[in-house]
Amino acid sequence: MSLSSRHLLGIDGMKPAEIELILDTAESLAEVGAREIKKVPTLRGQTVVNFFIEPSTRTRSSFELAEKRLSADTVNFSASTSSFTKGETLLDTARTLEAMSPAFIVMRHSQPGAPHLLARHTDCSIINAGDGAHEHPTQALLDAFTIRHHKKSLAGLRVAIVGDILNSRVARSNVLLLSRMGAEVTVCGPPTLIPRGMELLACNVLHDMDEAIEGVDVVMMLRIQLERMRGGFFPSFREYASLYGLNPRRLERAAPDAIVMHPGPMNRGVEIDGGIADGSRSVIREQVTNGIAVRMAVLYLLAGVRTAGEAKREAVA
Amino acid sequence: MFSGQSVQIMDAGQIDRALSRIAHEILEKYKSLDGLSLVGIRTRGVPLAQRLTVKLEELTGTAPPMGLLDINLYRDDLSLIADHPVLKKTEIPFDIAGSKIVLVDDVLYTGRTVRAALDALLDLGRPSRILLAVLVDRGHREFPIRADFVGKNVPTARTQVVEVRVAEIEGLDEVVLLPEKPERTEKLGKEDVS
Amino acid sequence: MKRLLRNARLVDPVSGMDGKRDLLIVDGKVTRVEPEIVDQDAETLDLEGYTVCPGFIDMHVHLREPGQEWKETVASGTRAAAAGGFTGVACMANTVPVNDNRSVTELIKREARDHGAVPVYPIGCVTQEMNGERLTEMREMLAAGAVGFSDDGKPVASSLMMRKALEYSKIFDIPIIDHCEDTVLVDGGVMHEGAVSTRLGLKGWPGVAEDVMVQRDILLSEYTGGHVHIAHTSTARAMDFVRLGKRAGIRVTCEVTPHHLVLTDEAVGEYDTDAKMNPPLREERDRLAMLAGLADGTVDAIATDHAPHHCDEKCVEFSNAPFGVVGLETAVSICIDRLVHGGVIDISRLVELLSSGPARILRLDRAGKGHLAVGADGDVTVLDLDRETTVRTEELRSKSRNTPFKGWKFRGVPVMTLVGGEIVHDAR
Repeated sequence: MSLSSRHLLGIDGMKPAEIELILDTAESLAEVGAREIKKVPTLRGQTVVNFFIEPSTRTRSSFELAEKRLSADTVNFSASTSSFTKGETLLDTARTLEAMSPAFIVMRHSQPGAPHLLARHTDCSIINAGDGAHEHPTQALLDAFTIRHHKKSLAGLRVAIVGDILNSRVARSNVLLLSRMGAEVTVCGPPTLIPRGMELLACNVLHDMDEAIEGVDVVMMLRIQLERMRGGFFPSFREYASLYGLNPRRLERAAPDAIVMHPGPMNRGVEIDGGIADGSRSVIREQVTNGIAVRMAVLYLLAGVRTAGEAKREAVA
Repeated sequence: MFSGQSVQIMDAGQIDRALSRIAHEILEKYKSLDGLSLVGIRTRGVPLAQRLTVKLEELTGTAPPMGLLDINLYRDDLSLIADHPVLKKTEIPFDIAGSKIVLVDDVLYTGRTVRAALDALLDLGRPSRILLAVLVDRGHREFPIRADFVGKNVPTARTQVVEVRVAEIEGLDEVVLLPEKPERTEKLGKEDVS
Repeated sequence: MKRLLRNARLVDPVSGMDGKRDLLIVDGKVTRVEPEIVDQDAETLDLEGYTVCPGFIDMHVHLREPGQEWKETVASGTRAAAAGGFTGVACMANTVPVNDNRSVTELIKREARDHGAVPVYPIGCVTQEMNGERLTEMREMLAAGAVGFSDDGKPVASSLMMRKALEYSKIFDIPIIDHCEDTVLVDGGVMHEGAVSTRLGLKGWPGVAEDVMVQRDILLSEYTGGHVHIAHTSTARAMDFVRLGKRAGIRVTCEVTPHHLVLTDEAVGEYDTDAKMNPPLREERDRLAMLAGLADGTVDAIATDHAPHHCDEKCVEFSNAPFGVVGLETAVSICIDRLVHGGVIDISRLVELLSSGPARILRLDRAGKGHLAVGADGDVTVLDLDRETTVRTEELRSKSRNTPFKGWKFRGVPVMTLVGGEIVHDAR
């Protein structure tokens, strides 16, 4: 059993069996993080380039740790420290990276489709660490991994994702993954922040949060950004919080054993009450820890696909 | 599937007697189970280690702690095999530091699996001693590794395959010798999406 | 110079002809159109099995000269046009510098005369510097050879300016061509807003932003009496408005591109920048509405909006890629295959859309274009309705390769193009 592509560009196109494989593999790799010496030699000698055009401390350090725990050599490449600012095109920059013979390029970019462009034009395996508003597949995978620890399975779960769905790659990846695994997903937010045709991505769309959160097993809150207020999507944080904030009164409407998630970073007091973020139902810290194991699993499995491809190419040559 | 005849070289009774003998030999060497633990190498080393645990408990009244070890992350051939093997968990419920460990596996062949197991254990802590117990030693070592406890020595040709089947997995206990390599059951992944 | 075209099927809707006719062109003009012509002095072409039409005119092309010659030039663009079966093109004004004055118009005309394969009819800007504030000197530009005005690339955003342009245009009886886009509403959208843009996480360009401008332009045309031509119509609603406007007797005409007749937003696929243009590919129901408009006479012309871009410019992140696809060399094959063989329209209607319609809109019919009656210009497009062709980008004559139809197969090919009786393309 293996993954069908040597890239991880998105949840779109992945089969449920592949998603299960990644999550199961992550279970086995989580143990490495619990050891004193948090290292296994699996990717020894392989180079991974972290190509982060859009800055991100938490995702990048999570990937870095995953890579280092597998004994890979990591190289960090960000926009500000590179020729990118001198007007070099994305592909030209990628070709410079390719000269280091990396096995993987982990890429975060502000434009959707940027990892796909690299995948078409380079030989490395590309892992999408977030491309604009399109997808953030490892986030959805670690979210599912976290949910599985608290709920027996994903199938049949009721999940509510609340916030700026329009601009959220986390929302898109999660909607795809959870619905593919048989969960019932509801997205909720002001109509100005829900993209057209969202219901076709296999989920319910509601604008009333009290209704959306009724009886759900998982509440996933998304960060609301200042630019959206300036852009006229909603009038003020105060109004947003009163309509779409997760406060104790609202949380009571969810299932008694519902868990609360947030991809971070949080706006305490806006989309999520501080007490809830720190409370017993919150699994937000686990999400961060689980990110490393899930990313290790992705690297381990993609390394296997690469090897298969090379073996095939050699056989044919 | 494979062609040719498979030959049974150990039946259920022989396996059981071999494991009993190994349990006695362990006790002969150590006199007591103080500080002794068993670690089964996945996959078939695990049920065998479990049975040894039971036998040692029958003999001494106490069951030694037992752990499970997945050595796939330490294999030296990962870059050669397509489709990295499915990982299972490594679970060691005792403190490795200072312990006497008996590694248990079904077949000792080239010695590479045991080499990987040693590296895995050493990454988890510093044991005081590691011994190796195997059900079958089929020769053809590629590394300087030897077993301390052997169920049965079976001389084999390199083209042959020794398969240990256990009730916990295959539903019956036996060791068979197969004349040719069975076809790889691992499938290569689908075409690269380039 | 005498040229005789024999044995072909001649389709000329303006003259009401569809049948075997021979055609004699003397010194660039049609002198005889009869079932059988024999002339010993004429250079004779035996066109049995082919279909002869009045020369096709592409009234919406970007030739990129002056200023962006790495994408295309008047020379390379007109060569592409000739190969595509076009005997003339109208080129848009968003060059560098823009064509908002006589000098640039004259430059384009001169380039066409000296290096062009087919005649070029420049479209001048509506406003100076395309800034939407002051009208251009239309009289001078028309005298220099312009045939109409458009700020294409951009809309005439100010309704007040559009009103003035339409009123002013009545002096000269020429069309104001509008690129209908409410750019504030589009707000940076890069592909049609819908299920596909949502799935891909790309900013959407909502169809309603085209609808509101089309509606506005038709109302202003009614109010002022000026002729407005809607460029590259792409939404169902826009087509409805044009239909209603025509029924009410308003002087509105419209064009549709071949790509809007064949493709939908699904063509973007995995962020293919060769499927990115403005207006974007829409949904299936919009595409079907375009076809319905062709069939019921609402659409006056098919025009390619040929917009060449260098591959380096297109080989970037989708949101950063420039809008536009080339079309001169694929348009006619697409139309024959998908529209005529596809049963949407007949050949006669296709000739209206590609020849007499554009000629009429640009007032070139008075100059002998768009029909083949005696006295007309000897501009002829010869079609092989059955030959199959595959789109191979390495064979394109355009300098640019940005087409969404790479590798597509079509049945129907423009095999020969004549301008003033001279052969400018021969692929028999």
